[in-house]
Parts: sequence; structure tokens; C-alpha cells
Amino acid sequence: MEVLLSLIVILPFLSSMILGLSYLIDEERKLGNTYYTYIAVGVPVLITLFSFILIAHMFPQSSDTTLYAHLFNWVSVGSFTIELSFMLDRLSLVMISFITFIATLIHIYAVGYMREDEGFGKFFAYFNFFLASMLLLVLASNPIILFIGWELVGLASYLLIGFYHKEHSNITAANKAFIVNRVGDFGFIIGLGVLFITLEGQGFSFEAIQNGIGGLSSSTLTFVGLMLFVGAMGKSAQIPLYVWLPDAMAGPTPVSALIHAATMVTAGVYMVARFGFLYNEIPDIGLFIAYIGAFSALAAALMASFERDIKKILAYSTMSQLGYMFIAVGLGAYGAGIFHVFTHAFFKALLFMGAGAVIVALHHEQDIFKMGNLRKHLPKTFITMLIATLAITSIPPFAGFFSKEAIINHAYLSENYTLWVMAIFTAFLTAYYMFRLIFVVFMGNVQREYSKLQPLGRWMSIPLIILAVGSATVGFLGIGHGFGNFIALPDRSIEDVAHNTEYILMGINITVALIGIVLAYRLFGTLATPPKADIPFKVFIMRKFFVDEFYDRLFVRNIRGLSSFFDRVVDAKIIDGVFGGLSLGYIEVGKLFNSFQNGTVRHYATYFIFGVSLMSLGLLFLLEVK
Amino acid sequence: MTPENFLYLAVVLFAIGLVGIMLRRNLFVVYLSIELMLSSVNLILATFARVQGDMGGGIIALLMIAVIAAEAAIFLSLIIYIYRTTKTVDSKRITKLANQEEK
Repeated sequence: MEVLLSLIVILPFLSSMILGLSYLIDEERKLGNTYYTYIAVGVPVLITLFSFILIAHMFPQSSDTTLYAHLFNWVSVGSFTIELSFMLDRLSLVMISFITFIATLIHIYAVGYMREDEGFGKFFAYFNFFLASMLLLVLASNPIILFIGWELVGLASYLLIGFYHKEHSNITAANKAFIVNRVGDFGFIIGLGVLFITLEGQGFSFEAIQNGIGGLSSSTLTFVGLMLFVGAMGKSAQIPLYVWLPDAMAGPTPVSALIHAATMVTAGVYMVARFGFLYNEIPDIGLFIAYIGAFSALAAALMASFERDIKKILAYSTMSQLGYMFIAVGLGAYGAGIFHVFTHAFFKALLFMGAGAVIVALHHEQDIFKMGNLRKHLPKTFITMLIATLAITSIPPFAGFFSKEAIINHAYLSENYTLWVMAIFTAFLTAYYMFRLIFVVFMGNVQREYSKLQPLGRWMSIPLIILAVGSATVGFLGIGHGFGNFIALPDRSIEDVAHNTEYILMGINITVALIGIVLAYRLFGTLATPPKADIPFKVFIMRKFFVDEFYDRLFVRNIRGLSSFFDRVVDAKIIDGVFGGLSLGYIEVGKLFNSFQNGTVRHYATYFIFGVSLMSLGLLFLLEVK
Repeated sequence: MTPENFLYLAVVLFAIGLVGIMLRRNLFVVYLSIELMLSSVNLILATFARVQGDMGGGIIALLMIAVIAAEAAIFLSLIIYIYRTTKTVDSKRITKLANQEEK
């Protein structure tokens, strides 16, 4: 079992290296797509099988069973060691199972999506590399290795966002994602550093931290918890570090599906759940996290309601759903949070893949108001996307209903009514903007002539269907807290409530979603008109709350000004002045001595005589001749 | 005749030689100045040999005269060679040792 566990991480790293090297060596592109496909899809299939074997192995055992696979000691100083080892408990088991499964499907889909791209091999080298890094992140047995995985997924994300590197705006988007993440990672590494110092070398595996945390003061814990969450803000696109996510849609659609919807962006939620024992000590920070999540969810839902780009709508909805997850983990409902991560991975990957299918069919058109009435042309895509949309709007019995309901109810039952209202309102908006997308893209009476729609290949349609089945059914795992009990995270308990209250809450959730759908139908069901920025409120939202402009003023311009100050004044005047002056001095001194070396024998003889005279005088003094 | 007079003569000859090397530009004159200085040294050696009553100094002086003769042959042939290549015996114009670019 240990071997399987380490192979899950090692194999994709190996395959990505092989793919990358093949792509580099094969400059004439003689290796066909088939060669790359075998490796790039074969490895995810294999590790999915491994993770299923591990599930079968772990399932019957008690909930605190943890499987370790120790590879080697990476750092070993005195009694302190950092091991490269993998840890499989129930939390990481759930994470690897859906990551490998969904990644396999998206890899298969990507074979169809990318088949005409020149950089086919390069794409899959990056894609496998991402998968390996993500698995390293979730299987790490100590925060240092987790941080390595954390950085590597950031790198993979950067490489893939900028995959279409011939357009300048894509490169800007990739840089933005990387830099904003860097801000978050800075907080993360400070948090880890403080935690490490205050633990005073009691070991730094998650187990050791859990044992040693009791001795820390609450102010230290608060600081560490806050700093770690700053890292999560960056990676999981929460206010105020969310600005990179919409721009990240510049990458190929499978990238958006895998990295910016299903897996990488949930790393922050995973991290908070992994440090659940720490956050249980500091419920105030938990509440702060929950509020950040709620505001992010609401803001993203508002922005999504007025967006026109199909992928950006989905990006905002991802951010919004991540907000829900943070409400859950912030309030200590780790099981519910991870359950939403789990179901969200299915339906959001499906939504992106459906959007990708639409985009491919329409030859890279992304504006939803240039689509319409597509249900007749793309029936498979329509049905699968409809299922995913029903899942995200939490209509029973689709997957999202169970997980989202658990979160919203938890907010109510833990007596955070403000959070509850925000969550409910966001749920309404979610239903509205998702069905707006469905109505505008697939319904409507728009008679539009589509010039030669690209047919959906088998590579792309089969993953869609499998994920649609998943989106419709995985929610049943959560019935009767089944999922939460299985994953056995240290949830902060709340009082059990009467069934009546639960039914009422469930009713409210469904009603709100239905109102959203009806509103979307009334506005967009028959005739779709693009949103106009006519009243100040709409302008405010459609310009994304002016956050980009604000950051531009506050950070980008100031830093640019500072850089140009250093370039023009400090570097050109001060530093160059010093070194220029120094070298000028050397030249002048050289010129001074140069005149002595004029090659004239007479002068040399003169120096010679002076020298000998001096030496003679010296000798006279030394020998004390009177 | 006291030994001091010989020594004074030697010093005067040596000084003339020095000044000649430093100030004159004709290589032949420079060569003559060098010879003058060597001769003054010889004179000193011979004088001290006589004063001390030790023939060692005289022998060295004789050997030196032989060496100077050999050296004269080399020196003169060098000057002729320099004249052939540069068409001058003016030491000021023979500056091949200096930085060529500064010309």
C-alpha cells in the first residue's frame, strides 16, 4: 500500500518529465498526438486505479488510521528532520480520490480539446506536472512539503494560464495570477515560520504540530491562523486577493476546469481543514474566515450576474462556491466544507467542460450574447450542462444540493444569522446567473445561423457524460452526515436541531433557488439582451467594483513609480556615478604614470641611477657608515 | 702622489659618465659615457689594490678590461643594428618600448 501511495505522486512527475523531454527533443514534431496521449492519459488512469485500491484498503479500517509512505529525509539537522513522506488519512483519501478521477476525465477531454494545437505535448507535460504537484500538496505529511506542492501548483497554473503565449494579454493574466498568489504565499510562509519557531523543534509533521499546539499562546495561534489564511486567500481567490481568477480564464478550457475550478483553488479550503485542529483553538479567526468567504461569495455572485464572457461567469461562480466552502470551514464544519469541495469538483469541472465544448463548437466565441438557441445543435452539451447547473443551484437530488444545504444550514444553526442571510441571498443570485447562462446560451428564440459547428468528438463527450452522472449522484454520499462521519474531521459541534427546523431550512433553500430560476426565465427565457451599464449601481458592479483600478492605483502605479525612480535616479546617478568616478580615477592615475613609461633610454637610465643612488644611501644608513 | 688624487679623478670620471648617459642622445656618446664609468671603477680598484698591497684588485681590474673589450664589440654591433633598422642613432627617437598607441 505504501508503494502505491508514493507511486501516486511519483508517476505523474515522471510522466510529465518524459512528456516534456520528448517535446523538447522532438523539434520536428514527428511524434504524433497518439504517443503523447498514451503517456499523458495512461498515467492518470493508472493512479486513479491506485487511489481506488487505497479507498478499498482504507474503507473498512477505523477512522483514525493513517498510512505513511516514507521516502527519505530531506533535511536532517541534529534532532530535527524534514521528511519527504506521504500521509494518507481520510481527508487526503477523499482529496486524492476525486482529484485523480476528475483529472483523468479532464485529461481525456483535453485530448479532444487540444488535438489541433501545436503544443500538444507541452500542454500535457504541464498538465501532468500540475496533477503531480496537486497530489503532493494533498498527500504531504508536513507543512513544508505541503508548501512545496502549494508553490508547484502555482507554477503549473502560471504556465498553463500563459499557454497561448502569443497573445500579450494572456501573459499579463499569467503574471497577475502568479504575483497575486505570491502575496498570499508570503503570508503563508510567515505563518509557517512563526509556527515553526514557536514550536521550538518538536518536529514539524502535522501530527507533531497537533500535539505541540496546546503549549502555544492564543495570540501566537491567532497570528499563525491569520497568516495561513492569507495564503488561502491567494490560492482560493477570496477577497481581497481574488482578482487573478477571472483573468486566469485566458488559459485553455481544460485548464480552467481542472486547475481553476476543481482542484487547485480548493487547496486553500483543504489547508484550513488540514489545520482544523489549529483553527478550533481560535474560533474568532474562524468567524473572520467565514465572513471573508461570505463577502467573496456575494461579490462574486453579483459580478457573475452582469458578466458576458461564458468562462468568466463560471470563474466568478467558482469564487462564489469557494466562498461557501470558507463559510463552512470557518465555522468549523470541515466535513461540510470538504464535501462541497468534493461535489463542486464534479459539477464545476462539468460546467467548464461544457463551456469548452460550446466554445470549440463556435470556433472560440466566448460572449454568451452571441450564442443562443444552441440546444438543438448541441444536445449532449445542453443536457450535461443543465445537470451541472441544477447541481450548482442546489436543486435536489443533484449533488450541490446536499453539500450547499449542509453549509447554509450550518450557518443558521451556529446562530450566525448575518452569514446565513448572505449565503441565502448568494444562493438566489447563483440560481439567477447560472440559469441566465443556460437560457441565453441554449434557449431563446434567437434565429442565429451558425457557420459549420464543430462536432463534439468522442474524447470530449464521454467525460462530459461520466461527470454528468457524477454531478447527479455524488450528493447521496452526504445523506445522514455519511460523508462528514466518514471523513472524521475535528468539526466544532453544534446542537442538534429538530427535524422541523431542518425541513423549513431546506424549503427556504429550494424556494430561493426556484425564485432565481424564475427570475432568470422572465428576463432571459425568450429574448436575451446584453446588460447595459445605465444606472450607477450596475456600472459599479459591471466594472468589478473598480477593484482592478483601485489595485492599479494603489500598488501597480506606485511600484512602477518607485522602479522608475530607482532606474533614473538611484541607478543612473548614484550607483553609476560612484563606479564611473572610481574608474575615471584609475584612468587619471594611469595617465600620470604613463608619462614615465615613454620608452626613451635616457629617462630609463635616469630612473635607474636614482634607484641605485637611493639603494646605496639606504645601505649607508643600514650599515651605519660614518 | 697620494691615493686621494686617484680617487678624486675616479669620482670626476664617474660623474661625467653619469651626466653623459642622462643628457646625451647620441648612442655612441652614451656608450662612451658607460665606458668612462667602467674605467673610473677600474681606476678605483687599481688604486685600492696598490694601497692595500693586495694584487687581487689589480687582477680584477685587468679581467674587467678584457670583459669591457668584449662588451664593446657587442655594444657597437647593437648600435649598428639599431642604425640599420631605424636609420638613426638618436636615443630619443628610438621609443619602441613605449606604448605604441600613445604616439
